Amino acid sequence: MGGRKRRIRYYIKRDWILYAMLILPLAYYLVFKYAPMYGVTVAFKDYNIFKGVMGSEWVGLKYFRSIFAMDEFYRVFRNTLMLNVLDLLFSFPAPIILAIMLSEMRGVLYKRISQTIIYLPYFISWVVIGGISLQLFAPESGLINIIIRRLGGESVPFLTEKWHWLFTYCGVGVWQSAGWNSILFIAAIAGINQELYEAATVDGAGRFQRIWHITLPGIRPTIVMMLILRMGSLVSIGFERPYVMGNTMVREFSDVISTYVYRVGLESSNFSLATAVGLFQSVIGMVLLVLTNTIANKIDGGGIF
Amino acid sequence: MNTRLKEKTFDVCNYILMTLIVIICMIPFVYVISLSLSSTRAVLSREVFFWPVEFDLVSYENVVSDPTIMPALWMSVKTTVLQTLIAMGLTILTAYPLSQKRLKGHRAIMMVILFTMFFSGGIIPDYLLVSSLGLTNNMWGIIIPCGINTFNVIILRTFFMNSIPAGLQEAAQIDGCNDFMILLRIVLPLSKPVLATLALFYAVARWNGFQDAKFFINKQELYTLPQKINMIINSSQLSSQTMMNNPQLAEQRTAEEGIKAASIVFTTLPIMLVYPWLQKYFVHGVMIGAIKE
Repeated sequence: MGGRKRRIRYYIKRDWILYAMLILPLAYYLVFKYAPMYGVTVAFKDYNIFKGVMGSEWVGLKYFRSIFAMDEFYRVFRNTLMLNVLDLLFSFPAPIILAIMLSEMRGVLYKRISQTIIYLPYFISWVVIGGISLQLFAPESGLINIIIRRLGGESVPFLTEKWHWLFTYCGVGVWQSAGWNSILFIAAIAGINQELYEAATVDGAGRFQRIWHITLPGIRPTIVMMLILRMGSLVSIGFERPYVMGNTMVREFSDVISTYVYRVGLESSNFSLATAVGLFQSVIGMVLLVLTNTIANKIDGGGIF
Repeated sequence: MNTRLKEKTFDVCNYILMTLIVIICMIPFVYVISLSLSSTRAVLSREVFFWPVEFDLVSYENVVSDPTIMPALWMSVKTTVLQTLIAMGLTILTAYPLSQKRLKGHRAIMMVILFTMFFSGGIIPDYLLVSSLGLTNNMWGIIIPCGINTFNVIILRTFFMNSIPAGLQEAAQIDGCNDFMILLRIVLPLSKPVLATLALFYAVARWNGFQDAKFFINKQELYTLPQKINMIINSSQLSSQTMMNNPQLAEQRTAEEGIKAASIVFTTLPIMLVYPWLQKYFVHGVMIGAIKE
Protein backbone atom coordinates (compact mmCIF):
# COMPACT_ATOMS: atom_id res chain seq x y z
CA MET A 1 0.00 0.00 0.00
CA GLY A 2 2.72 2.40 1.02
CA GLY A 3 4.53 1.66 -2.21
CA ARG A 4 1.48 2.63 -4.22
CA LYS A 5 1.09 5.90 -2.38
CA ARG A 6 4.74 6.65 -2.93
CA ARG A 7 4.37 5.92 -6.62
CA ILE A 8 1.37 8.24 -6.95
CA ARG A 9 3.30 10.95 -5.15
CA TYR A 10 6.18 10.37 -7.56
CA TYR A 11 3.97 10.74 -10.63
CA ILE A 12 2.32 13.87 -9.30
CA LYS A 13 5.70 15.38 -8.52
CA ARG A 14 7.04 14.45 -11.94
CA ASP A 15 4.02 15.64 -13.97
CA TRP A 16 2.56 18.31 -11.74
CA ILE A 17 2.55 20.85 -14.52
CA LEU A 18 0.41 18.60 -16.70
CA TYR A 19 -1.98 17.92 -13.84
CA ALA A 20 -2.14 21.62 -13.05
CA MET A 21 -3.07 22.35 -16.67
CA LEU A 22 -6.01 19.97 -16.35
CA ILE A 23 -7.49 21.67 -13.27
CA LEU A 24 -9.46 24.33 -15.16
CA PRO A 25 -10.74 21.99 -17.91
CA LEU A 26 -11.83 19.39 -15.37
CA ALA A 27 -13.57 22.06 -13.31
CA TYR A 28 -15.32 23.12 -16.51
CA TYR A 29 -16.50 19.59 -17.27
CA LEU A 30 -17.62 19.08 -13.69
CA VAL A 31 -19.64 22.28 -13.52
CA PHE A 32 -20.99 22.61 -17.05
CA LYS A 33 -21.35 18.98 -18.14
CA TYR A 34 -21.69 16.79 -15.06
CA ALA A 35 -23.67 19.15 -12.81
CA PRO A 36 -26.47 19.34 -15.44
CA MET A 37 -26.46 15.55 -15.53
CA TYR A 38 -27.26 15.68 -11.84
CA GLY A 39 -29.76 18.41 -12.67
CA VAL A 40 -31.67 15.77 -14.62
CA THR A 41 -33.05 14.65 -11.24
CA VAL A 42 -35.55 17.51 -11.40
CA ALA A 43 -37.50 15.21 -13.72
CA PHE A 44 -38.22 13.15 -10.60
CA LYS A 45 -38.85 16.16 -8.36
CA ASP A 46 -41.34 18.98 -7.97
CA TYR A 47 -38.96 21.73 -8.98
CA ASN A 48 -39.25 24.77 -6.82
CA ILE A 49 -37.23 27.84 -7.79
CA PHE A 50 -36.61 28.81 -4.18
CA LYS A 51 -35.51 25.38 -3.05
CA GLY A 52 -33.28 24.71 -6.08
CA VAL A 53 -32.41 21.37 -7.66
CA MET A 54 -31.15 19.81 -4.43
CA GLY A 55 -33.88 20.97 -2.09
CA SER A 56 -36.96 20.25 -4.21
CA GLU A 57 -39.17 17.36 -3.18
CA TRP A 58 -38.94 13.93 -4.79
CA VAL A 59 -42.12 12.87 -6.58
CA GLY A 60 -40.97 9.69 -8.30
CA LEU A 61 -42.41 9.11 -11.76
CA LYS A 62 -45.21 11.65 -11.49
CA TYR A 63 -44.01 13.73 -14.44
CA PHE A 64 -43.31 10.72 -16.61
CA ARG A 65 -46.85 9.52 -16.00
CA SER A 66 -48.19 12.91 -16.99
CA ILE A 67 -46.13 13.19 -20.19
CA PHE A 68 -47.26 9.74 -21.32
CA ALA A 69 -50.85 10.86 -20.77
CA MET A 70 -50.45 13.90 -23.03
CA ASP A 71 -51.36 13.84 -26.71
CA GLU A 72 -48.98 16.68 -27.33
CA PHE A 73 -46.04 14.59 -26.18
CA TYR A 74 -46.81 11.86 -28.73
CA ARG A 75 -47.18 14.49 -31.40
CA VAL A 76 -43.79 16.08 -30.81
CA PHE A 77 -42.18 12.67 -30.49
CA ARG A 78 -43.75 11.55 -33.77
CA ASN A 79 -42.68 14.79 -35.48
CA THR A 80 -39.10 14.46 -34.24
CA LEU A 81 -38.91 10.93 -35.57
CA MET A 82 -40.65 11.83 -38.84
CA LEU A 83 -38.44 14.85 -39.58
CA ASN A 84 -35.29 12.89 -38.76
CA VAL A 85 -36.25 9.88 -40.87
CA LEU A 86 -37.15 12.09 -43.85
CA ASP A 87 -33.96 14.04 -43.33
CA LEU A 88 -31.99 10.81 -43.30
CA LEU A 89 -33.66 9.71 -46.53
CA PHE A 90 -32.73 12.96 -48.31
CA SER A 91 -29.62 14.22 -46.55
CA PHE A 92 -27.77 10.95 -46.19
CA PRO A 93 -27.36 9.90 -49.84
CA ALA A 94 -26.80 13.46 -51.10
CA PRO A 95 -23.21 13.93 -49.81
CA ILE A 96 -22.22 10.48 -51.06
CA ILE A 97 -23.46 11.29 -54.56
CA LEU A 98 -21.75 14.69 -54.41
CA ALA A 99 -18.47 13.12 -53.31
CA ILE A 100 -18.58 10.62 -56.18
CA MET A 101 -19.38 13.36 -58.69
CA LEU A 102 -16.53 15.50 -57.40
CA SER A 103 -14.04 12.67 -57.44
CA GLU A 104 -14.95 11.87 -61.05
CA MET A 105 -14.11 15.42 -62.11
CA ARG A 106 -10.70 15.84 -63.69
CA GLY A 107 -10.26 19.60 -63.84
CA VAL A 108 -8.61 20.53 -60.56
CA LEU A 109 -9.51 24.22 -60.63
CA TYR A 110 -13.19 23.72 -61.40
CA LYS A 111 -13.35 21.05 -58.72
CA ARG A 112 -11.81 23.38 -56.13
CA ILE A 113 -14.19 26.20 -56.96
CA SER A 114 -17.20 23.88 -56.82
CA GLN A 115 -16.12 22.55 -53.44
CA THR A 116 -15.61 26.01 -51.98
CA ILE A 117 -19.10 27.05 -53.06
CA ILE A 118 -20.98 23.94 -51.97
CA TYR A 119 -19.39 23.94 -48.50
CA LEU A 120 -20.46 27.53 -47.87
CA PRO A 121 -24.09 27.06 -46.75
CA TYR A 122 -22.86 25.01 -43.79
CA PHE A 123 -21.32 28.16 -42.31
CA ILE A 124 -24.48 30.23 -42.44
CA SER A 125 -26.48 30.67 -39.26
CA TRP A 126 -29.85 28.88 -39.12
CA VAL A 127 -31.47 32.20 -38.29
CA VAL A 128 -30.19 33.57 -41.58
CA ILE A 129 -31.20 30.42 -43.48
CA GLY A 130 -34.67 30.77 -41.98
CA GLY A 131 -34.82 34.35 -43.24
CA ILE A 132 -33.53 33.42 -46.68
CA SER A 133 -35.99 30.57 -47.05
CA LEU A 134 -38.80 32.95 -46.21
CA GLN A 135 -37.66 35.20 -49.04
CA LEU A 136 -37.45 32.28 -51.44
CA PHE A 137 -40.54 30.29 -50.50
CA ALA A 138 -43.04 32.73 -48.98
CA PRO A 139 -46.48 32.30 -50.59
CA GLU A 140 -46.84 35.85 -51.82
CA SER A 141 -43.42 37.52 -51.79
CA GLY A 142 -41.14 34.50 -52.23
CA LEU A 143 -38.92 34.39 -55.31
CA ILE A 144 -40.03 30.95 -56.43
CA ASN A 145 -43.69 31.84 -56.20
CA ILE A 146 -43.08 35.10 -58.03
CA ILE A 147 -41.52 33.10 -60.85
CA ILE A 148 -44.31 30.52 -60.81
CA ARG A 149 -46.92 33.27 -61.06
CA ARG A 150 -45.05 34.99 -63.88
CA LEU A 151 -45.14 31.72 -65.77
CA GLY A 152 -48.88 31.59 -65.24
CA GLY A 153 -48.99 29.10 -62.40
CA GLU A 154 -50.46 29.36 -58.94
CA SER A 155 -48.54 29.97 -55.73
CA VAL A 156 -47.31 26.88 -53.96
CA PRO A 157 -47.61 26.97 -50.13
CA PHE A 158 -44.03 25.79 -49.50
CA LEU A 159 -44.01 27.10 -45.96
CA THR A 160 -47.64 27.31 -44.98
CA GLU A 161 -49.08 23.89 -45.80
CA LYS A 162 -47.71 21.08 -43.66
CA TRP A 163 -47.00 18.48 -46.35
CA HIS A 164 -45.29 21.00 -48.62
CA TRP A 165 -43.42 22.27 -45.58
CA LEU A 166 -41.93 18.81 -44.93
CA PHE A 167 -40.25 18.88 -48.30
CA THR A 168 -39.07 22.46 -47.88
CA TYR A 169 -37.60 21.49 -44.51
CA CYS A 170 -35.73 18.54 -46.04
CA GLY A 171 -34.66 20.43 -49.14
CA VAL A 172 -33.18 23.26 -47.11
CA GLY A 173 -31.40 20.64 -44.98
CA VAL A 174 -29.81 19.10 -48.06
CA TRP A 175 -28.82 22.53 -49.33
CA GLN A 176 -27.21 23.40 -46.00
CA SER A 177 -25.33 20.20 -45.21
CA ALA A 178 -24.75 18.06 -48.31
CA GLY A 179 -21.60 19.85 -49.43
CA TRP A 180 -19.91 19.91 -46.08
CA ASN A 181 -20.84 16.31 -45.25
CA SER A 182 -19.30 15.17 -48.52
CA ILE A 183 -15.79 15.98 -47.20
CA LEU A 184 -15.40 12.69 -45.32
CA PHE A 185 -16.58 10.70 -48.33
CA ILE A 186 -14.23 12.60 -50.64
CA ALA A 187 -11.37 11.72 -48.29
CA ALA A 188 -12.45 8.10 -48.22
CA ILE A 189 -12.59 7.96 -52.02
CA ALA A 190 -9.14 9.54 -52.26
CA GLY A 191 -7.86 6.69 -50.08
CA ILE A 192 -8.95 3.98 -52.54
CA ASN A 193 -6.09 2.26 -54.35
CA GLN A 194 -5.86 3.75 -57.86
CA GLU A 195 -4.58 0.48 -59.32
CA LEU A 196 -8.03 -1.01 -58.79
CA TYR A 197 -9.49 1.55 -61.20
CA GLU A 198 -6.75 0.96 -63.76
CA ALA A 199 -7.23 -2.80 -63.61
CA ALA A 200 -10.99 -2.39 -64.00
CA THR A 201 -10.52 -0.10 -67.00
CA VAL A 202 -8.27 -2.66 -68.66
CA ASP A 203 -10.97 -5.25 -68.06
CA GLY A 204 -13.41 -2.99 -69.89
CA ALA A 205 -15.43 -1.63 -66.98
CA GLY A 206 -17.30 1.60 -67.68
CA ARG A 207 -17.60 4.60 -65.35
CA PHE A 208 -20.76 3.45 -63.65
CA GLN A 209 -19.37 -0.06 -63.23
CA ARG A 210 -16.20 1.32 -61.64
CA ILE A 211 -18.24 3.49 -59.30
CA TRP A 212 -20.49 0.59 -58.38
CA HIS A 213 -17.82 -2.09 -57.95
CA ILE A 214 -14.84 -0.08 -56.65
CA THR A 215 -15.80 3.34 -55.28
CA LEU A 216 -18.89 2.31 -53.31
CA PRO A 217 -17.35 -0.80 -51.70
CA GLY A 218 -14.24 1.29 -50.98
CA ILE A 219 -16.14 3.87 -48.94
CA ARG A 220 -18.48 1.36 -47.34
CA PRO A 221 -16.86 1.59 -43.85
CA THR A 222 -17.30 5.37 -43.91
CA ILE A 223 -20.92 5.02 -45.01
CA VAL A 224 -21.64 2.51 -42.24
CA MET A 225 -19.98 4.71 -39.62
CA MET A 226 -21.94 7.80 -40.66
CA LEU A 227 -25.15 5.79 -40.81
CA ILE A 228 -24.66 4.56 -37.24
CA LEU A 229 -24.14 8.10 -36.03
CA ARG A 230 -27.30 9.22 -37.82
CA MET A 231 -29.39 6.32 -36.55
CA GLY A 232 -28.20 7.00 -33.03
CA SER A 233 -29.53 10.53 -33.22
CA LEU A 234 -32.90 9.74 -34.79
CA VAL A 235 -34.78 10.87 -31.70
CA SER A 236 -32.67 13.90 -30.94
CA ILE A 237 -33.19 17.09 -32.87
CA GLY A 238 -31.52 20.46 -32.62
CA PHE A 239 -33.51 23.50 -31.63
CA GLU A 240 -32.51 26.07 -34.21
CA ARG A 241 -33.51 24.44 -37.47
CA PRO A 242 -37.10 23.41 -36.60
CA TYR A 243 -37.56 26.66 -34.67
CA VAL A 244 -36.58 29.01 -37.49
CA MET A 245 -38.14 26.90 -40.25
CA GLY A 246 -41.42 26.32 -38.44
CA ASN A 247 -44.39 28.67 -38.17
CA THR A 248 -47.83 28.62 -36.63
CA MET A 249 -49.48 27.26 -39.77
CA VAL A 250 -47.39 24.10 -39.83
CA ARG A 251 -47.12 23.66 -36.06
CA GLU A 252 -48.74 20.24 -36.34
CA PHE A 253 -45.57 18.97 -38.07
CA SER A 254 -42.91 21.45 -37.02
CA ASP A 255 -43.32 21.15 -33.27
CA VAL A 256 -40.60 18.78 -32.11
CA ILE A 257 -39.09 17.70 -28.79
CA SER A 258 -36.59 20.55 -28.54
CA THR A 259 -39.08 23.31 -29.36
CA TYR A 260 -41.61 21.68 -27.04
CA VAL A 261 -39.11 21.48 -24.17
CA TYR A 262 -38.31 25.14 -24.78
CA ARG A 263 -41.96 26.14 -24.73
CA VAL A 264 -42.99 24.07 -21.73
CA GLY A 265 -39.83 24.61 -19.73
CA LEU A 266 -38.52 28.07 -20.45
CA GLU A 267 -41.68 29.87 -21.56
CA SER A 268 -44.12 28.27 -19.11
CA SER A 269 -41.56 27.53 -16.36
CA ASN A 270 -42.73 23.94 -16.09
CA PHE A 271 -39.17 22.77 -15.49
CA SER A 272 -39.79 19.27 -14.15
CA LEU A 273 -42.12 18.30 -16.96
CA ALA A 274 -39.76 19.63 -19.63
CA THR A 275 -36.78 17.88 -18.07
CA ALA A 276 -38.69 14.60 -18.05
CA VAL A 277 -39.35 14.97 -21.79
CA GLY A 278 -35.67 15.76 -22.42
CA LEU A 279 -34.49 12.83 -20.30
CA PHE A 280 -36.82 10.44 -22.10
CA GLN A 281 -35.30 11.59 -25.38
CA SER A 282 -31.69 11.15 -24.15
CA VAL A 283 -32.33 7.64 -22.87
CA ILE A 284 -34.02 6.49 -26.09
CA GLY A 285 -31.15 8.09 -28.02
CA MET A 286 -28.53 6.18 -26.02
CA VAL A 287 -30.38 2.90 -26.52
CA LEU A 288 -30.64 3.52 -30.28
CA LEU A 289 -26.94 4.33 -30.57
CA VAL A 290 -25.86 1.20 -28.71
CA LEU A 291 -28.34 -0.90 -30.68
CA THR A 292 -27.28 0.27 -34.14
CA ASN A 293 -23.65 -0.04 -33.14
CA THR A 294 -24.15 -3.63 -31.99
CA ILE A 295 -25.93 -4.48 -35.24
CA ALA A 296 -23.15 -2.89 -37.29
CA ASN A 297 -20.55 -4.87 -35.34
CA LYS A 298 -22.48 -8.11 -35.98
CA ILE A 299 -22.82 -7.46 -39.69
CA ASP A 300 -19.28 -6.53 -40.66
CA GLY A 301 -17.38 -5.30 -37.63
CA GLY A 302 -17.95 -1.72 -38.73
CA GLY A 303 -19.13 -0.32 -35.39
CA ILE A 304 -17.68 2.82 -33.95
CA PHE A 305 -17.00 1.48 -30.47
CA MET B 1 -14.40 4.18 -79.86
CA ASN B 2 -17.78 3.47 -78.31
CA THR B 3 -16.33 3.39 -74.79
CA ARG B 4 -14.54 6.69 -75.36
CA LEU B 5 -17.80 8.25 -76.42
CA LYS B 6 -19.46 6.90 -73.28
CA GLU B 7 -16.69 8.32 -71.11
CA LYS B 8 -17.09 11.70 -72.78
CA THR B 9 -20.86 11.69 -72.25
CA PHE B 10 -20.38 10.84 -68.60
CA ASP B 11 -17.92 13.69 -68.13
CA VAL B 12 -20.16 16.21 -69.86
CA CYS B 13 -23.21 15.18 -67.80
CA ASN B 14 -21.19 15.24 -64.62
CA TYR B 15 -19.92 18.75 -65.29
CA ILE B 16 -23.37 20.05 -66.22
CA LEU B 17 -24.94 18.54 -63.09
CA MET B 18 -22.21 19.93 -60.86
CA THR B 19 -22.64 23.36 -62.39
CA LEU B 20 -26.37 23.17 -61.64
CA ILE B 21 -25.64 22.21 -58.02
CA VAL B 22 -23.22 25.09 -57.66
CA ILE B 23 -25.82 27.48 -59.08
CA ILE B 24 -28.46 26.18 -56.66
CA CYS B 25 -26.04 26.79 -53.79
CA MET B 26 -25.47 30.37 -54.95
CA ILE B 27 -28.95 31.51 -55.96
CA PRO B 28 -30.32 32.19 -52.46
CA PHE B 29 -27.36 34.43 -51.68
CA VAL B 30 -27.47 36.22 -55.02
CA TYR B 31 -31.19 36.86 -54.64
CA VAL B 32 -30.94 38.21 -51.11
CA ILE B 33 -28.03 40.45 -52.04
CA SER B 34 -29.96 41.74 -55.06
CA LEU B 35 -33.01 42.48 -52.89
CA SER B 36 -30.90 44.35 -50.37
CA LEU B 37 -29.39 46.59 -53.07
CA SER B 38 -32.62 47.41 -54.92
CA SER B 39 -34.98 50.32 -54.47
CA THR B 40 -38.10 49.90 -52.36
CA ARG B 41 -40.24 50.41 -55.46
CA ALA B 42 -38.50 47.60 -57.36
CA VAL B 43 -38.84 45.23 -54.43
CA LEU B 44 -42.48 46.19 -54.01
CA SER B 45 -43.36 45.54 -57.66
CA ARG B 46 -41.44 42.24 -57.53
CA GLU B 47 -39.03 43.15 -60.29
CA VAL B 48 -35.92 41.90 -58.55
CA PHE B 49 -34.48 38.56 -59.58
CA PHE B 50 -30.78 37.90 -59.82
CA TRP B 51 -29.35 41.39 -59.97
CA PRO B 52 -30.17 44.67 -58.20
CA VAL B 53 -32.87 46.79 -59.83
CA GLU B 54 -32.57 50.58 -59.42
CA PHE B 55 -29.46 50.28 -57.28
CA ASP B 56 -30.19 51.82 -53.90
CA LEU B 57 -28.52 51.59 -50.50
CA VAL B 58 -31.64 52.65 -48.63
CA SER B 59 -32.09 49.24 -47.00
CA TYR B 60 -28.60 49.38 -45.57
CA GLU B 61 -29.16 52.94 -44.38
CA ASN B 62 -32.25 51.70 -42.58
CA VAL B 63 -30.36 48.83 -40.98
CA VAL B 64 -27.44 50.93 -39.86
CA SER B 65 -29.68 53.68 -38.51
CA ASP B 66 -31.67 51.17 -36.43
CA PRO B 67 -30.44 52.07 -32.93
CA THR B 68 -30.57 48.46 -31.75
CA ILE B 69 -28.49 46.93 -34.54
CA MET B 70 -25.13 48.39 -33.58
CA PRO B 71 -25.33 47.22 -29.94
CA ALA B 72 -26.23 43.74 -31.23
CA LEU B 73 -23.30 43.80 -33.62
CA TRP B 74 -20.98 44.90 -30.83
CA MET B 75 -22.35 42.15 -28.56
CA SER B 76 -21.72 39.55 -31.26
CA VAL B 77 -18.19 40.81 -31.93
CA LYS B 78 -17.37 40.92 -28.23
CA THR B 79 -18.69 37.47 -27.42
CA THR B 80 -17.09 35.96 -30.51
CA VAL B 81 -13.64 37.31 -29.65
CA LEU B 82 -13.85 36.38 -25.97
CA GLN B 83 -15.34 32.98 -26.71
CA THR B 84 -12.59 32.16 -29.19
CA LEU B 85 -9.78 33.19 -26.81
CA ILE B 86 -11.18 31.42 -23.76
CA ALA B 87 -12.18 28.27 -25.60
CA MET B 88 -8.81 28.00 -27.33
CA GLY B 89 -6.98 28.36 -24.00
CA LEU B 90 -9.12 25.71 -22.34
CA THR B 91 -8.95 23.38 -25.34
CA ILE B 92 -5.15 23.53 -25.42
CA LEU B 93 -4.96 22.97 -21.66
CA THR B 94 -7.15 19.88 -22.06
CA ALA B 95 -5.62 18.39 -25.17
CA TYR B 96 -1.92 18.77 -24.38
CA PRO B 97 -1.73 16.88 -21.05
CA LEU B 98 -4.03 14.19 -22.44
CA SER B 99 -1.77 13.71 -25.45
CA GLN B 100 1.12 12.69 -23.16
CA LYS B 101 0.98 8.92 -22.82
CA ARG B 102 3.22 8.93 -19.74
CA LEU B 103 0.62 10.88 -17.78
CA LYS B 104 -0.94 8.50 -15.24
CA GLY B 105 -4.70 8.54 -15.44
CA HIS B 106 -4.93 10.11 -18.90
CA ARG B 107 -7.14 7.27 -20.06
CA ALA B 108 -9.60 7.71 -17.20
CA ILE B 109 -9.77 11.48 -17.68
CA MET B 110 -10.33 10.96 -21.41
CA MET B 111 -13.28 8.69 -20.61
CA VAL B 112 -14.74 11.32 -18.29
CA ILE B 113 -14.52 13.83 -21.13
CA LEU B 114 -15.78 11.54 -23.90
CA PHE B 115 -18.80 10.44 -21.89
CA THR B 116 -20.19 13.96 -22.14
CA MET B 117 -20.52 13.49 -25.91
CA PHE B 118 -23.00 10.66 -25.44
CA PHE B 119 -25.05 11.90 -22.55
CA SER B 120 -25.89 15.41 -21.44
CA GLY B 121 -28.28 17.02 -19.02
CA GLY B 122 -30.34 18.67 -21.73
CA ILE B 123 -31.93 22.03 -22.29
CA ILE B 124 -33.58 22.55 -18.90
CA PRO B 125 -30.77 21.37 -16.57
CA ASP B 126 -28.38 23.54 -18.58
CA TYR B 127 -30.69 26.48 -18.17
CA LEU B 128 -31.15 25.87 -14.44
CA LEU B 129 -27.39 25.76 -14.00
CA VAL B 130 -26.75 28.97 -15.93
CA SER B 131 -29.53 30.75 -14.07
CA SER B 132 -28.36 29.51 -10.66
CA LEU B 133 -24.90 30.85 -11.46
CA GLY B 134 -26.50 34.22 -12.16
CA LEU B 135 -25.36 34.15 -15.79
CA THR B 136 -28.71 34.76 -17.49
CA ASN B 137 -28.93 38.14 -19.17
CA ASN B 138 -25.17 38.29 -19.01
CA MET B 139 -22.81 37.93 -21.92
CA TRP B 140 -20.71 35.44 -19.95
CA GLY B 141 -23.74 33.14 -19.91
CA ILE B 142 -23.28 32.47 -23.62
CA ILE B 143 -19.47 32.33 -23.44
CA ILE B 144 -18.47 30.16 -20.51
CA PRO B 145 -20.95 27.28 -20.88
CA CYS B 146 -19.56 26.52 -24.35
CA GLY B 147 -16.01 26.93 -23.13
CA ILE B 148 -14.80 23.56 -24.40
CA ASN B 149 -16.09 21.63 -27.37
CA THR B 150 -15.15 18.00 -26.77
CA PHE B 151 -14.95 17.28 -30.49
CA ASN B 152 -12.34 20.02 -30.86
CA VAL B 153 -10.37 18.55 -27.95
CA ILE B 154 -10.27 15.23 -29.81
CA ILE B 155 -9.04 16.95 -32.99
CA LEU B 156 -6.26 18.79 -31.16
CA ARG B 157 -5.20 15.80 -29.07
CA THR B 158 -5.04 13.59 -32.17
CA PHE B 159 -2.91 16.22 -33.88
CA PHE B 160 -0.54 16.52 -30.89
CA MET B 161 -0.12 12.76 -30.74
CA ASN B 162 0.29 12.06 -34.44
CA SER B 163 1.97 15.11 -35.88
CA ILE B 164 4.37 16.45 -33.26
CA PRO B 165 7.50 14.29 -33.19
CA ALA B 166 7.87 12.80 -29.69
CA GLY B 167 11.66 12.95 -30.07
CA LEU B 168 11.53 16.74 -30.24
CA GLN B 169 9.70 16.93 -26.93
CA GLU B 170 12.07 14.45 -25.30
CA ALA B 171 15.11 16.36 -26.48
CA ALA B 172 13.68 19.56 -25.02
CA GLN B 173 13.03 17.78 -21.77
CA ILE B 174 16.65 16.63 -21.60
CA ASP B 175 17.70 20.22 -22.20
CA GLY B 176 15.80 21.14 -19.06
CA CYS B 177 12.54 22.44 -20.50
CA ASN B 178 9.48 21.78 -18.38
CA ASP B 179 6.14 20.75 -19.89
CA PHE B 180 4.83 24.27 -19.97
CA MET B 181 7.82 25.54 -21.90
CA ILE B 182 7.64 22.59 -24.30
CA LEU B 183 4.00 23.37 -24.98
CA LEU B 184 4.67 27.06 -25.49
CA ARG B 185 7.90 26.91 -27.46
CA ILE B 186 7.72 23.67 -29.41
CA VAL B 187 4.23 22.18 -29.60
CA LEU B 188 2.12 25.30 -30.21
CA PRO B 189 4.35 26.84 -32.90
CA LEU B 190 4.23 23.54 -34.77
CA SER B 191 0.43 23.43 -34.53
CA LYS B 192 -0.48 26.77 -36.05
CA PRO B 193 -2.72 25.44 -38.87
CA VAL B 194 -4.79 23.22 -36.60
CA LEU B 195 -5.04 25.97 -33.98
CA ALA B 196 -6.31 28.34 -36.67
CA THR B 197 -8.87 25.73 -37.68
CA LEU B 198 -10.20 25.28 -34.18
CA ALA B 199 -10.28 29.01 -33.50
CA LEU B 200 -12.40 29.37 -36.64
CA PHE B 201 -14.76 26.63 -35.54
CA TYR B 202 -15.27 28.36 -32.20
CA ALA B 203 -15.64 31.80 -33.76
CA VAL B 204 -18.18 30.67 -36.38
CA ALA B 205 -20.17 28.74 -33.78
CA ARG B 206 -20.43 31.81 -31.54
CA TRP B 207 -21.12 34.22 -34.39
CA ASN B 208 -23.95 32.04 -35.71
CA GLY B 209 -25.11 30.72 -32.33
CA PHE B 210 -28.75 31.44 -31.62
CA GLN B 211 -30.08 28.77 -29.27
CA ASP B 212 -28.20 29.66 -26.08
CA ALA B 213 -28.61 33.38 -26.69
CA LYS B 214 -32.34 32.86 -27.10
CA PHE B 215 -32.53 30.76 -23.94
CA PHE B 216 -30.30 32.81 -21.66
CA ILE B 217 -30.76 36.39 -22.85
CA ASN B 218 -34.11 38.14 -22.97
CA LYS B 219 -33.13 41.76 -22.44
CA GLN B 220 -33.20 43.46 -25.82
CA GLU B 221 -30.19 45.62 -25.12
CA LEU B 222 -28.11 42.45 -24.68
CA TYR B 223 -29.31 40.74 -27.89
CA THR B 224 -26.72 39.23 -30.20
CA LEU B 225 -26.94 39.74 -33.96
CA PRO B 226 -28.74 36.44 -34.70
CA GLN B 227 -31.35 37.28 -32.07
CA LYS B 228 -31.81 40.71 -33.58
CA ILE B 229 -32.11 39.30 -37.10
CA ASN B 230 -34.60 36.74 -35.88
CA MET B 231 -36.65 39.54 -34.40
CA ILE B 232 -36.60 41.55 -37.63
CA ILE B 233 -37.62 38.50 -39.66
CA ASN B 234 -40.42 37.55 -37.27
CA SER B 235 -41.85 41.03 -37.02
CA SER B 236 -42.29 41.28 -40.77
CA GLN B 237 -43.79 37.80 -40.84
CA LEU B 238 -46.36 38.94 -38.31
CA SER B 239 -47.28 42.03 -40.28
CA SER B 240 -47.73 40.04 -43.48
CA GLN B 241 -50.41 37.98 -41.80
CA THR B 242 -52.32 40.65 -39.95
CA MET B 243 -52.06 43.66 -42.22
CA MET B 244 -52.48 42.11 -45.62
CA ASN B 245 -55.29 44.36 -46.79
CA ASN B 246 -53.97 47.70 -45.71
CA PRO B 247 -52.02 49.19 -48.66
CA GLN B 248 -50.14 51.70 -46.57
CA LEU B 249 -48.92 49.00 -44.25
CA ALA B 250 -48.24 46.73 -47.20
CA GLU B 251 -45.77 49.26 -48.53
CA GLN B 252 -44.11 49.55 -45.18
CA ARG B 253 -43.89 45.78 -45.01
CA THR B 254 -42.19 45.54 -48.37
CA ALA B 255 -39.74 48.14 -47.23
CA GLU B 256 -39.13 45.67 -44.43
CA GLU B 257 -38.46 43.01 -47.08
CA GLY B 258 -35.46 45.05 -48.16
CA ILE B 259 -34.38 45.67 -44.57
CA LYS B 260 -34.64 41.95 -43.88
CA ALA B 261 -32.44 41.21 -46.86
CA ALA B 262 -29.95 43.87 -45.85
CA SER B 263 -29.72 42.61 -42.28
CA ILE B 264 -29.20 39.06 -43.54
CA VAL B 265 -26.35 40.23 -45.75
CA PHE B 266 -25.01 42.33 -42.89
CA THR B 267 -24.79 39.27 -40.58
CA THR B 268 -23.46 36.90 -43.20
CA LEU B 269 -20.93 39.23 -44.79
CA PRO B 270 -18.09 38.63 -42.28
CA ILE B 271 -18.32 34.90 -42.89
CA MET B 272 -18.59 35.30 -46.66
CA LEU B 273 -15.50 37.48 -46.64
CA VAL B 274 -13.18 35.26 -44.63
CA TYR B 275 -14.60 31.90 -45.68
CA PRO B 276 -13.07 31.44 -49.18
CA TRP B 277 -9.57 32.01 -47.85
CA LEU B 278 -9.96 29.89 -44.75
CA GLN B 279 -11.95 27.07 -46.26
CA LYS B 280 -8.96 24.75 -46.48
CA TYR B 281 -8.38 25.08 -42.74
CA PHE B 282 -11.94 23.98 -42.01
CA VAL B 283 -11.53 20.95 -44.24
CA HIS B 284 -8.18 20.22 -42.59
CA GLY B 285 -9.88 20.09 -39.17
CA VAL B 286 -12.52 17.64 -40.32
CA MET B 287 -9.85 15.36 -41.75
CA ILE B 288 -7.85 15.25 -38.51
CA GLY B 289 -11.02 14.62 -36.55
CA ALA B 290 -11.94 11.70 -38.76
CA ILE B 291 -8.78 9.71 -38.06
CA LYS B 292 -9.50 6.91 -35.65
CA GLU B 293 -6.85 6.38 -33.02
